[in-house]
Parts: sequence; C-alpha cells; structure tokens
Amino acid sequence: MTRRRFCEAVGVGAAALALPGCGGRARTLYDKIWDAHRVLEEPGYPAVLYVDLHLLQDNTSSPAFHGLRRRGLSVRRPERTIATIDHTLSTTDPARPHPDPTTRAIIEAMRANSRGAGIRLFDIDSGQQGISHVIAPELGLTQPGMTIVCADSHTSTHGAFGALAFGIGTTDVERVLATQCLLASRSKRLEARIDGALPAGCTAKDVILALLAKLGIDGAVGHVIEYRGSAVRALSMEGRMTLCNMTIEAGARAGLVAPDDTTFEYLASREHAPRGRAFDEAVVRWRALATDDGAAFDTAVHLDASALEPMVTWGTDPGTAVPITARVPDPAARPGAGERASARRALAYMDLRPGEPLLGRRVDVVFLGSCTNARLTDLRLAAALLRGRRIQVKRMLVVPGSQQVKRACEAEGLHRVFLDAGCEWRAPGCSMCMALNGDEVAPGQYCVSTSNRNFEGRQGPGARTFLASPLTAAASALTGALEDPRRWTR
Amino acid sequence: MDALIRFTGTVLPLPARDINNDVVVPGRFLKMIDRDDARLRLALFHDWRFFEDGRPRPEFPMNRPEHQGATILLTGANFGCGSGREKAPWALLASGFRAVISTSFAEIFRSNALNNGLLPVTVAARAARALLAAVTKEPGLEVTIDLPAQEVRWRGGRASFPIDSFSKRCLVRGWDPLDYLLWHAGAISRFERTR
Ligand code: SF4
Repeated sequence: MTRRRFCEAVGVGAAALALPGCGGRARTLYDKIWDAHRVLEEPGYPAVLYVDLHLLQDNTSSPAFHGLRRRGLSVRRPERTIATIDHTLSTTDPARPHPDPTTRAIIEAMRANSRGAGIRLFDIDSGQQGISHVIAPELGLTQPGMTIVCADSHTSTHGAFGALAFGIGTTDVERVLATQCLLASRSKRLEARIDGALPAGCTAKDVILALLAKLGIDGAVGHVIEYRGSAVRALSMEGRMTLCNMTIEAGARAGLVAPDDTTFEYLASREHAPRGRAFDEAVVRWRALATDDGAAFDTAVHLDASALEPMVTWGTDPGTAVPITARVPDPAARPGAGERASARRALAYMDLRPGEPLLGRRVDVVFLGSCTNARLTDLRLAAALLRGRRIQVKRMLVVPGSQQVKRACEAEGLHRVFLDAGCEWRAPGCSMCMALNGDEVAPGQYCVSTSNRNFEGRQGPGARTFLASPLTAAASALTGALEDPRRWTR
Repeated sequence: MDALIRFTGTVLPLPARDINNDVVVPGRFLKMIDRDDARLRLALFHDWRFFEDGRPRPEFPMNRPEHQGATILLTGANFGCGSGREKAPWALLASGFRAVISTSFAEIFRSNALNNGLLPVTVAARAARALLAAVTKEPGLEVTIDLPAQEVRWRGGRASFPIDSFSKRCLVRGWDPLDYLLWHAGAISRFERTR
C-alpha cells in the first residue's frame, strides 16, 4: 500500500496526519499537530482548531462560566476539561476556609462550576491537587500530539511532551467550553538548537534564562519554538517542562520538544496514560510526530549549553538574565532609547547600580516553587545543598507543585531537610510566584525566586525578584546573598 | 459587543516599552467572580499611578489634568507582555479606553483586546514617534481612529494599521466570534467522529 493510500484508509485523525509523507511535504512537529486539529479553515477566516484538553484554574475561569450562563450555553465536552485550585489557595492551611471573602468565593465558584458542568476538579481532598501545569503531566493527562489550552500563559509547559499547548484569555475559555474549539491562525516556526553538555551547577532553568537573554522578551512573538539539539535530548521531562514553561517569556505562542524515549518512559504507568497494547500503539504514533528531515523553520537560534554559567536576572523582566558572576550592566550600553529607559527604570526599582557585582548582593527571602521549578527533581536539587545546613535568609518558602510532589518529597525525607535548614514547608499552590494567596515578599525586600517572572510587584507591591534555578536559590539561602551554586556543589 | 467603527478622542501617552500585564493590572486586583468594572478602574496601572499610601503620583500621565478623559492609549513596543490576564483589556475599557496604539503587542493581549472590542492599533515606529511628538506638544490633540479605512489621523499626520479581515468584520459589525464557532457545530461533531 502506498503511503497516500494508507493515509486515506486510516482517515484524517491525528495518527494519519502524523505520518511522514502524508500531504507530500516535510513538516515540523508543530505543523503536524496543527494539521491534525484543524477542523476547518475558510478563506478570510481564522482556522477552527480542536482542543483535546482544557485546563481550568481558579483565578481565571469564573467569569467564563458567567458568560456561558448569560448565553444559555453548556459545556460541550466536560470529559476533555479538568479543573484545579492553585492560584488563590492558602499554602499554610488549605483545608480551612480562606480568611479573605473574595478568595473564598472564587474557590467555591470553582467547585460549584465544576460540579454543575460535570468537570473533574482536582480539589484539595483529591490527593492530586496542585498547579495545573504540574498535575496534568504527572497524571498522564498531558500527552504527545495533543492540543492543550488554559487561561494561563504558562500552559506552554506542556509543550515538553510534544503537545501544542498555549495560554488563552477568559473569552476564549468560554468559547472552548461551549465548542471545544478555538479560532486561531498559524504561527511561524522558530528552531532553538541547544547543543553541548550542561556544566555542573547549571540546570534547565539556566538554559532558558540564557536563551531569554539572547532572544529578548519579544524575540519570539508570532512564533512557536521547537527546542532541538543534544542538550534538549539529555534533559529529563522535568527539565524540558522548565524550558517550555518560560517559552512564553520570549513572547512565543508555544514551545515544543519532540517526544522520545524519555517522554515515553515518563508517561508509562501514569494514571491517565494509555496502558498495555494501547500504550505501545500510542508510542508508534507519538514517534511519528517528530519534525521530518528537511522541514523548514522560519527562524533559528543557537545556544551552546556547555558554555553556560548559573544565571540570574538583575532587572524587572525575565530577559535580563546574566551569569551570576557578572556585574550589573550599564543601561547606557543598551541598543535603543526605549531599552535604555527600561533598564534605568528597572535598576531604580531594584535599587541596583551599574557595575556592581551581583554575587554577594543581600537576599531577604528565597522562594522555591511555581510551575517552573516545583517538581520532585527541583526540590531534590535544592535539598542536596541544604542538607545539614542552616539558611541565612529571613525566610525560605518551599512550596511543592502538587500533592503528589509533596508526598514524594516526604517519602524521601526531603521535608525534614528543608525544615531542619530553617525553611517553611508548605502545601501545594502558586504561592509567592504571583502573591495572590497571601504569600508575599515585603516591599523593598529581595527575593531569589525559582518562578518565572520578576516584573514589578509580581511577588507583592515593591517586591524585588532575582529569578534563578533551584540550585542558585538554595546556595543563596545558605549565604544570605546571591551566591554561585558551584561553590557548594564542587 | 458594541460595534466599533470610527471615533475621535484624546491620547494618554505612556511611551515605555514592554509594559507587562502585571503593571497594567497588578495581581492583587485580579480576584473577582465576574468582571468588576469599579475594581478594574482602580487597578489600572495602579502601582505606577499611586504611592504606597494611596496618594496619586502627580507626574504619572494618567494623573495629569491635560490627559483626563483620554480614550486612546499610546504606548511603547510589546505592550501587554507576560501574563495573559484578560483583566488587562477589561481594565482599559472600564477606564474609558477604546484603542491602544503601539508599534507591537504581545499576542495574548492582542487577541484578548480584540475579543473585547478594544482596538490594538499597530503603527510603524516613525508614525508612533510623530504622534507622540504631536501629543507632547498639544496634549488635547484630537485623534481619529477609522477602522474601515484602517487609519489613524490627527492634525498634521496619519498612519495606516493592519488588522485581519475577520477581526475587522467582527468589530465593525459587532459580531461575536463565538457565533461563528457555534455555527460550525456540525463540522465539529463530524471532526470528533473521525478521531
Ligand atoms: S505558579 Fe505562577 S506562573 Fe505558574 S500557574 Fe501559578 S501563578 Fe502562574
């Protein structure tokens, strides 16, 4: 049977479209997923794109349900929708009704809306609650070749599995609830090739911070990034999630890593992943998703992972990362007037001066958490440095990304390591990443954070954020100042 | 959604580039069960607008008497980056803005804005500079945004802007894109059966 005839025989589902050669041209991973989910596309209209998995979170979904009710519409595919409570939840005592009435109302609305629509909610008594971008992968809900959306910009995280995943707004949530589809237009393709072996003391977080410094925070607008190269292949799924998570910080629509044995190993035996023969068949389909030889990208960027150093941001956007051994850059050296003005504003907010070393800069708070770096391997890395030592910062919050992560840490005794070092061991949630739940950095304080955004006020009004890896965060906690983790790992 | 065709208004200049949505609507104002315009009006650019004790910062353009009543925001490149919170365009609309002019927008902001009838107007850098200079000289300058003609006009200048034909039709005719999706419910069901 020729390839084309075979494609016709199996229909136009995801499997057929993922086969190389169907359609007769070399395609990227992104093109294959897009083609397989395009319901229709009329001239002069955006494409109607089918959504396989829709994640709902507490902070953005309630107005969408109000919108549905106003129009008298119902949820088309509740079984393709899951809900979690992560943004607003207290991390000290999540089971107690939240002291803030609005927060309480938001959490109750999430419960009522899920119940009313027949949507599965991973509530705090489920044993599986956590940050949406942590729980969907660990439950095996995130799978290669899928389209995944959520009213949350860090939905890009799921691209680590070779799923096309991106953030949408509340109006789009309403549309997806009603029709399981989105209106979208095709993005350009950006190849980010990362080769070489990561040096000791460096992690996926340092890779993405270095890439953001290279691309800038609008360097990938209009693009979907596919991460390729030996350094990407060598990353664990958790590292790949960190990479894809911060893809949005370059302005990209989504980030992707082609699924491989690392992906399949991670997925095997996850609760919602296919099992037995179905799993083997899925692996055949998933393998075929990889970008064909000769497929074209619109843009390319290259990074040598072996030359990296631990990275830290000095400014108020995630593109301001520099090696931790560097000095605060001089705004006058930046290319355009707009960039110079932003840099000056950032330095004033951070109260830093050009030319001063970053190493040794005072740190008040350390936050180890968020959908970027609150998975088991992240917490293990930090615990390895903290074991048997005491932190020198005012406080360090350790907030696991999910109840599963929390249990796994406790089974390994990591929580004891954190507590003995003087850290606070919290219940899962977004916590100090966005300071929506009461976990805040005080005005003027410096926080080394493993999260993804250092914007003004992000971790609380007047809070000053240094973004870094879990290793750099732990080393800085031990020193009470910005610290090179290589001094502690050697 | 009301139809948005052409209108004339004055401009609030906020020329910084890369203004992110945590600045447009700080996180602590996000918690709401449904769209809450009073809260959104207070939230807009809150930490740039007010000191920690709540007093207005006199130098911030939104607090200047000459910019009261502005309906057009003129801002720097990559506006609305970072978070995809739809509360950013909601807060601008609640505060009376109908269009944002910039040289570029973050993607989710752009799409959220269009979904709510807030017009993202992308102009060339030269035009943005010319308009900023004109508004700086004459803060009450009247600026017309003409969506059918895809043009911004002011005394002494004009600039064209791109918009995809679907978004334009939706805005001009007051169509809701959800109706387009619902119209295709049959095609969506057929698609579901092939999978
Ligand atoms: S951890 Fe932070 S970035 Fe991630 S979903 Fe929560 S608030 Fe958003």
